[in-house]
Amino acid sequence: MALSHLASSSPSRSANLLKPLSSAISLRRPISTDTTPITVETSVPFTAHQCEAPSRTVQTNAKELATFFRDMVVMRRMEIAADSLYKAKLIRGFCHLYDGQEAVAVGMEAALTKKDCIITSYRDHCTFVARGGTLLEVFAELMGRQAGCSKGKGGSMHFYKKDSNFYGGHGIVGAQVPLGCGLAFAQKYCKDEAVTFALYGDGAANQGQLFEALNISALWDLPAILVCENNHYGMGTAEWRAAKSPAYYKRGDYAPGLKVDGMDALAVKQACAFAKEHALKNGPIILEMDTYRYHGHSMSDPGSTYRTRDEITGVRQERDPIERIRKLILSHDLSTDKELKDIEKEVRKEVDDAIAQAKENPVPEPSELFSDVYAKGLGVESFGADRKEVRATLA
Amino acid sequence: MAAIFQGVGAAAALPSSPSYSFDSNKSVFSPRRSFSVRKGASFAVVRSDGTVNLNPKDRRAQLLISNAVATKADSAAASSSSKPGHELLLFEALLEGLEEEMERDPHVCVMGEDVGHYGGSYKVTKGLAKKFGDLRVLDTPIAENSFTGMGIGAAMTGLRPVVEGMNMGFLLLAFNQISNNCGMLHYTSGGQFTIPIVIRGPGGVGRQLGAEHSQRLESYFQSIPGIQMVACSTPYNAKGLMKAAIRSENPVILFEHVLLYNLKERIPDEDYICNLEEAEMVRPGEHVTILTYSRMRYHVMQAAKTLVNKGYDPEVIDIRSLKPFDLFTIGNSVKKTHRVLIVEECMRTGGIGASLTAAITENFNDYLDAPIMCLSSQDVPTPYAGTLEEVTVVQPAQIVTAVEQLCQ
Repeated sequence: MALSHLASSSPSRSANLLKPLSSAISLRRPISTDTTPITVETSVPFTAHQCEAPSRTVQTNAKELATFFRDMVVMRRMEIAADSLYKAKLIRGFCHLYDGQEAVAVGMEAALTKKDCIITSYRDHCTFVARGGTLLEVFAELMGRQAGCSKGKGGSMHFYKKDSNFYGGHGIVGAQVPLGCGLAFAQKYCKDEAVTFALYGDGAANQGQLFEALNISALWDLPAILVCENNHYGMGTAEWRAAKSPAYYKRGDYAPGLKVDGMDALAVKQACAFAKEHALKNGPIILEMDTYRYHGHSMSDPGSTYRTRDEITGVRQERDPIERIRKLILSHDLSTDKELKDIEKEVRKEVDDAIAQAKENPVPEPSELFSDVYAKGLGVESFGADRKEVRATLA
Repeated sequence: MAAIFQGVGAAAALPSSPSYSFDSNKSVFSPRRSFSVRKGASFAVVRSDGTVNLNPKDRRAQLLISNAVATKADSAAASSSSKPGHELLLFEALLEGLEEEMERDPHVCVMGEDVGHYGGSYKVTKGLAKKFGDLRVLDTPIAENSFTGMGIGAAMTGLRPVVEGMNMGFLLLAFNQISNNCGMLHYTSGGQFTIPIVIRGPGGVGRQLGAEHSQRLESYFQSIPGIQMVACSTPYNAKGLMKAAIRSENPVILFEHVLLYNLKERIPDEDYICNLEEAEMVRPGEHVTILTYSRMRYHVMQAAKTLVNKGYDPEVIDIRSLKPFDLFTIGNSVKKTHRVLIVEECMRTGGIGASLTAAITENFNDYLDAPIMCLSSQDVPTPYAGTLEEVTVVQPAQIVTAVEQLCQ
């Protein structure tokens, strides 16, 4: 994982000296390299439609849990920092924040390789980071600077990372699902043995093109996995007001589906691994991630006119993905509370540094307005409209 | 110097399609740009201003026609001394181009409704499914929005899909995919993804097909940034544009016309392409520039016969490239004749003619002796009744009147 750094072992040694004898004697190895398997049960069992649900028991290890923790803390901190930047008018336009849903991005990444493709809609900051994007690229793109992942020309809703097969970043919801099925088609065409995860929300789940794409994918046996990130609200409309059947995992009808607790990173990982195996053999499958967003739909939505603050704090107390991993780490004695807090402090500094760097970064040159509209080098001896500029020669 | 053609050149094959309203002499006016090519090696390209870029190693370049404009009699002789070529219909030319590209590059695939086992509703993909298999020639369900999106998604990874709309009008259902994803992804990703997709299909007013099957989508798509639009009109440029569009790294929309599929012409045997951004000089002249594309080219050429008899010398240019316009060829023509008539099949409001009028006025206003005239279809849904449908589109008699008015 691009984000995990080794927690330094020196604080733990000094902490050991101060700790009561019992834990000092346990002679813990540094958490982030320990790969002895740990077995954990997911919070709730999976609910399946037209398939056999995978087991509730997940194999993990200390290193993976440390990675989950750190990655999710980075994402959480990044989104909260983006909130402040937006209020300071350094980020303009639309800004859709993912805090609360980090477990989906992190758990999915743990089950995949970089050869598998991920495509999602506009709530893409954390998915981009999970795929290997740097914090500088994120903040620079949000602020419209040159160092952004799309050179400042895409914005919050258009993050892409071609070399790790992250296909964005789309503003029109639902349209990314046919694109995702096209990616799966290309993978089958080129015999890649990889899969595509096409993410959409409970709002977009009612788009017709989803069902069209699912039909074609099932007909052609494409390795496409449709993932509904169900945070229960399509902007201001609750799921029961938008969908006659809010059981999104069942709406594939002939396509199998699985409902997953999206706040539990290990459950997400298990489900994604299961789905990948299934899709490579049997064609498309739908995953419904039961998740929650703490912020409103976007920065212009307070998020409290259509739901109560009690509901938000309730979820935060009981189901927060970072807290779950923290409790897991502490209960298995893999690290101390102080170490975890140190990681959080370190991440905070990392995020602040990235923001400072992004603020220094220049805005795009005026000539960039016209670059990348077309791909140059069309392959024929062709000229621009004024015949002054030779574009390319066919070879 | 007006060069008037009546049956020049033994090499020019005359089409025999009596059901269409154009004159069978039309092929005489289409210029021959023969490229002599070693397969897979570099081309010699002939530009319409007459200069030639030769591959010094290619001896056959000696036989190249150095002036692509078919004014001189010796050009016809030169073309008859090169390989004779073969005769085929326009839809066969498209099929040939598609097949050659699919053989050349395994990344090329075709998707659309009934393109596979059925062979295509206009037979443009006939036989391809048998030859290349079900994974390269894909029959889709009736779901334009999603299969266009899938084509674009596949193109993002490097595949080169050719998406067929059974009728261009059906692609309105995929407008979001074409506008937002196809046109804009190269830009919004900062250049990371190219979308080498070709979207093609027949459009235009047919024979009493009804309002919804007689649409001209070039006017709706023309403002989408990031796409290229071309319209083919002869078997020669149909094959050439199809091949160039497939090889292009940019998304290209290729507009065909329902009534032109059975045009016959003799085309070269060699591998050739047509430049996507160039206009075609159909008939050089001195008095007035007539800009047209697709089916209206034939109405214009029919009117040209009458005009020539009346003593006028129109210069006819098939603009071919609808986005971007080939302002070089058009500009040179305007500078020569100082009068412009645009004849198009789009509707009056917001059509290709409207944009072209604006572009010419902006760039070449000083050279115009008269305001630009634009003849377009009426701003009505195309009626079913044959007589009414005829009045909806521009007819040769109207073109003759317009030229007479312009040249007063």
